[in-house]
Amino acid sequence: MAFAAFSTTAAPTSSDSVKKKSPVALLLLLPGILYLVLFFLAPLVSLLLTSFKVPAEFGDIGEFSYAFRWENYTDVITAYWPHILRSFGYAITATFFALIISYPLAYFIGVKARRWPLLQSLALVMVVAPFFISFLLRTLAWKQIFADESFLVTSLKAVSLLAPDAHVTGTAFSVIFGLTYNFIPFMTLPLYTTLERLDVRYLEAGSDLYASPFHVFRKVTIPLSMPGIVAGTLLTFIPAAGDYINASREFLGGTGTQMMGNVIEANFLVLQNFPAGAALSIILMSAILVMVSIYVKKSGTEDLL
Amino acid sequence: MTTDTFAESGADLELVGIHKRFPGFTAIEELNLTIPAGSFFALLGPSGCGKTTTLRLVAGLEAPTAGRILVGGTDVTNQKSFQRPVNTVFQSYALFPHMTVLENVAFGLRRRKMTDPLGKAHEVLRLVELDHLASRRPQQLSGGQQQRVALARAIVNRPALLLLDEPLGALDLKLRRQMQLELKTIQEDVGLTFLHVTHDQEEAMTMADTIAVMNKGRIEQMGAPQELYELPRTAFVANFLGQSNLFTGPVVSTTSAGVAVDVAGHKIVVPATRAHRTTGEITIGVRPEKLTLHSAKPIHDADVNVMGPGRVTDVSFSGVSTQYLVEVPGAGTLIVFAQNMTFGSDVKFGDGVWVSWGVGHGFGLDDDPADAPRFEADFDTRSIAAQRHLEGA
Repeated sequence: MAFAAFSTTAAPTSSDSVKKKSPVALLLLLPGILYLVLFFLAPLVSLLLTSFKVPAEFGDIGEFSYAFRWENYTDVITAYWPHILRSFGYAITATFFALIISYPLAYFIGVKARRWPLLQSLALVMVVAPFFISFLLRTLAWKQIFADESFLVTSLKAVSLLAPDAHVTGTAFSVIFGLTYNFIPFMTLPLYTTLERLDVRYLEAGSDLYASPFHVFRKVTIPLSMPGIVAGTLLTFIPAAGDYINASREFLGGTGTQMMGNVIEANFLVLQNFPAGAALSIILMSAILVMVSIYVKKSGTEDLL
Repeated sequence: MTTDTFAESGADLELVGIHKRFPGFTAIEELNLTIPAGSFFALLGPSGCGKTTTLRLVAGLEAPTAGRILVGGTDVTNQKSFQRPVNTVFQSYALFPHMTVLENVAFGLRRRKMTDPLGKAHEVLRLVELDHLASRRPQQLSGGQQQRVALARAIVNRPALLLLDEPLGALDLKLRRQMQLELKTIQEDVGLTFLHVTHDQEEAMTMADTIAVMNKGRIEQMGAPQELYELPRTAFVANFLGQSNLFTGPVVSTTSAGVAVDVAGHKIVVPATRAHRTTGEITIGVRPEKLTLHSAKPIHDADVNVMGPGRVTDVSFSGVSTQYLVEVPGAGTLIVFAQNMTFGSDVKFGDGVWVSWGVGHGFGLDDDPADAPRFEADFDTRSIAAQRHLEGA
């Protein structure tokens, strides 16, 4: 639904789409609808019901019965509010850095490299290339690079850029670094697709109308690439907010960097406190939904500029 | 940045020794051009002749390989496009799709920190009669309306020099005529210097005070439309600006009154004042509408050139006039335009005719006859049709 909201800013003339009700169209939609009902709607309802459950009387650990215990929500918020704030803080920071790094990259590939199609395709392949190696392996590799006894860290310590007892893994820096690194392709590709279609004649017109390169960028390039910025930030922010790999202790995180994904995982798989995990999931989902709808609404009216 | 002020009036444009080379080809070779302030100047030529490159050099969107560009006496060669007192109406209009018409028009004013940008934008939109659409987006307007917004967006800045890059190309014929007149009126009202690039010779002749005909990166000839039409200097100009009947032959006698040339046994006289060359092998010409058709050999008159007999190979009616193609043995095919003064036509296909014209209407070209007559690419459908006939004949 959020995507539908921002796609209307790009194509306002889709009102004359199919108006006739055809049985064939319904038939073709049926598999999709069934899939969504079975694998999205049903689990969502189940998750919602679980989030209000109470521990079964005289039951074992992990046994719960249906109830309406809304206090589950206040309980998890009181217990985990630092994780909730940290999740969104890390996700926003990582999205910001991914945007800062990806925009020039996408601009170079999509606009500057137009004259050299070979370079353009090569650069695109390089952006996508990390996907050929498992996301887990790549994150583990960073853990090696940032490890206390690694060449990088020992060198930094040798030149006193790092304190002798400092660590890189297990810090907020390494988690945000990991999130940024892992989501850069998700940011770059949508940016590239909009920038690749950017008509440079608009930039020339801006320059002709007394706008300096900075103003042309701010008043023409950025607004025209807004669909890509919105798509890229959403594709980065939403999964980053729920990510539990980068922040996990086995990867780049530590005890002080746990995000919502980690506590949800712990509640479901370790503590077997399903209602708490479910309540946290619902909170995460609703929070993302609210933030994204505000963001999309604002970006449509260019208030973000 | 301090608040800027409008240009008081148009400025001179001076191009000194401009060269522009792109990898693989030369777009402009040794271009020298002075456009006086307040004039409506047209740069006319076929596509690929370097006229759009010239415009982009003046706008600052390209840098010349060599040479200097001066606007109002100030050297702007090293200035970036946003620093130049120049605005462009782009061929594609390039209206910002993410802004309303009003914001598009106010864009330049805002960047120059002018007072009351929206008020001034409304004012200029009223001038182009589009103020009622100020809150629309450009893509919601018709082609003609977008063209007027593009014009408004440029002239609202009162640039010392306004560049127009075939801005009427995308419009249909009727709208184009209307916009040509409107542009001319606006230019006279605001007194700016207009540099208009076009491949449409009629457009250039209707609107401009001065036309420069460009070909292969050089200016072939420059002057008032009438002067260019009456006295073309080269075969290219003679054929690009309207159509011409051109003949090549040796000069047989030269008197103070005229130069006589032998064209396939016909003695054709051109006034000495209208001939650029008076000795050796020269190319002379006459405009098709200056010719008269005769069904019998006209009585000899020293002031009239006669050619014939020839055979009519084509008659095509175009409303106001009728175009005849007359094949004269040895001299080639002549184009004759005759006003439709009577119903029907007296001359039919295959008729034997004589062609005559007043000596005063002829002109002599400056070209080396070795490469004349050249008939270069022309986009006027009528001349393309005529050309096909000539090739077929």
